[in-house]
Amino acid sequence: MAALSIRALSKRYANLEVLKGIDLDIESGEFTVLVGPSGCGKSTLLNIVAGLDRASDGTIEIGGRVVNDVPPKDRDIAMVFQSYALYPSMTVRQNITFGMECRGVAKAEQEKALANVARLLQIEPLLGRKPSQLSGGQRQRVAMGRALVRDPLLFLFDEPLSNLDAKLRVEMRMEIKRLHQRIGATIVYVTHDQIEAMTMATRIAVMHRGVVQQFADPDTVYRYPANLFVARFMGSPPMNTMPARLEADGGGAVAVIGAGRPDEVRLHLQGYEAAASYIGREVVLGIRPECVAEGDRVFSGAAGPPVIVTAPVELVEPTGAETIVLLRLGGEPAQARISPDIRPAPGATFSFALDIRRICLFDPETERLIA
Amino acid sequence: MRDRSFTPSRALIYLIVTLFAAAYLAPLVVVILNSLRTNEEIAQSSMIGWPQHWAFGNYALAWSGFCVAETCAGIRPYMLNSALVTIPATIFSTLLGAVAGYAVSLWRFRGDVWIYGIVTLGLFLPQQMRLLPWTIVLRDIGLINTLSGLVLIHTIQGLSFTVLFCRNYYIAIPHELIRAARIDGAGFFRIFWRIILPLSAPILIVTVIWQFTHIWNEFLYGVTFTTGQQQPVTAALIALSTPIADIPKQGVQSAAVIIAALPTLLIYLFGGRYFVRGLTAGAVK
Repeated sequence: MAALSIRALSKRYANLEVLKGIDLDIESGEFTVLVGPSGCGKSTLLNIVAGLDRASDGTIEIGGRVVNDVPPKDRDIAMVFQSYALYPSMTVRQNITFGMECRGVAKAEQEKALANVARLLQIEPLLGRKPSQLSGGQRQRVAMGRALVRDPLLFLFDEPLSNLDAKLRVEMRMEIKRLHQRIGATIVYVTHDQIEAMTMATRIAVMHRGVVQQFADPDTVYRYPANLFVARFMGSPPMNTMPARLEADGGGAVAVIGAGRPDEVRLHLQGYEAAASYIGREVVLGIRPECVAEGDRVFSGAAGPPVIVTAPVELVEPTGAETIVLLRLGGEPAQARISPDIRPAPGATFSFALDIRRICLFDPETERLIA
Repeated sequence: MRDRSFTPSRALIYLIVTLFAAAYLAPLVVVILNSLRTNEEIAQSSMIGWPQHWAFGNYALAWSGFCVAETCAGIRPYMLNSALVTIPATIFSTLLGAVAGYAVSLWRFRGDVWIYGIVTLGLFLPQQMRLLPWTIVLRDIGLINTLSGLVLIHTIQGLSFTVLFCRNYYIAIPHELIRAARIDGAGFFRIFWRIILPLSAPILIVTVIWQFTHIWNEFLYGVTFTTGQQQPVTAALIALSTPIADIPKQGVQSAAVIIAALPTLLIYLFGGRYFVRGLTAGAVK
């Protein structure tokens, strides 16, 4: 059963169109992440699903029921906010039971639900405290407890980790994922952080300018980005994209970067039949930084030796876990992720191995993925 | 460390500040001193002078013995009138202002900015301009010359201030609190009562001090809409200052003025710092 169906949803403020015909179907038990840069409409979409904002057009179904005119409290949802929105004058216990109190749940039942959630989130020692006496991570936990205690059809998370420091963010990320695995809840999670999207989601909806650019599982989004926006947004460092020319070569195709230059790079592509109609034309070639590595790298699952190119190195950024190298491929800037202990000298040339099986080709006009 | 050295420019600043303070405090000092001098002593020397004999009896007389408008019960009944007007009007205007401020700051609705603008416009209308409309209203609803009439006037006129204060305080409360509460199933009044009101102490203290002081000290409505036994103390003091026989009674009159000013002076002394603190307080995190 679809837990959430969004049909042709749009939202306009005066003459500004924030959401343009959104269609999404989210199955029960899915962890869906809405990700995109700020202003892409993801939070507006979440607020409309919650009933805190109204759609201009389109329908929203939660658990098979159209809820366009249903107030938030009757939508069977729970929400976790970026600022946590804990009620400052109430204790943790009151914060968690307030919703049940509003719905007239019997006292004994409230106590039972509270005890369950407190145990699940390990916040039992905090129940008597006020939000101002809690650390950021503890507040985050209480905010989740307030949502969990309702046991709703749908959980909505609005950038819940953005107020935490980097270390805590990673911890809470794992904790939320573990929680999802444990209780199997349906979650719609909004974030601008593509790492959160990749690590937690079962499916990712990448949004940009009020449109869902791609709605797929994380591997698909990463491996086959639907267009250049997705390719450049997902991944850090982002996918290298550069103009290239597609030429015929016997049965296959060759992508030429920097055609006509002395240092042009020719890559023989295999399995790119979908790009056949682009032979003889310009395309945008995309290759992820991890597919550009030091010359003696063996890429996993590769049948033969990798393609080796020699290219000038411009800049070297050691991160500890790896070394990021800024290089020129046929004159075009690109980034490579090489082993941490290898430090090519800036200004010199260095030989790189390319995993060309994972190259993406995009139409330069429509920016859509060709193959 | 701050520079604490005593420079000429600093001396000048102190001098000017001291002069201003003296100018503001002089009337209070004169009245306090006169309230402790006998009427004869004031009549024989001047309005300004140190008491020769401490005349504490002035206060007893002013409180319950002095004759005002042919009734010799001192200013006690009028103090009671003032309390009966000021306390309910302060409570009503503060509570209504808090609810209205909460509505216009945290619940957007069509025309909310206009409503807020019109309510606060009341701040800029001169009091004299409102006398005639109020006369008509009080006459039509039969509240001329009643304390209830004054309560009504002060409650409604006070809304301009209380809505302004509360709205500006509540506007800093994160909207996500309201959203969370709505999803939890709380409505307008439950959110106000359970979430907003417990956060409101600083601004409610400000509003109560402000309203109490203004309503207690208000004179024009009191003198216009009430007569005789119904007058608040500010209006009654005028009657007291026009002596029936031509014997000046500045000693007792001064004592009456001090008694009448006492409630607001006490509020200022005990609540003043909360007032300043509350005005500058941002809302909660």
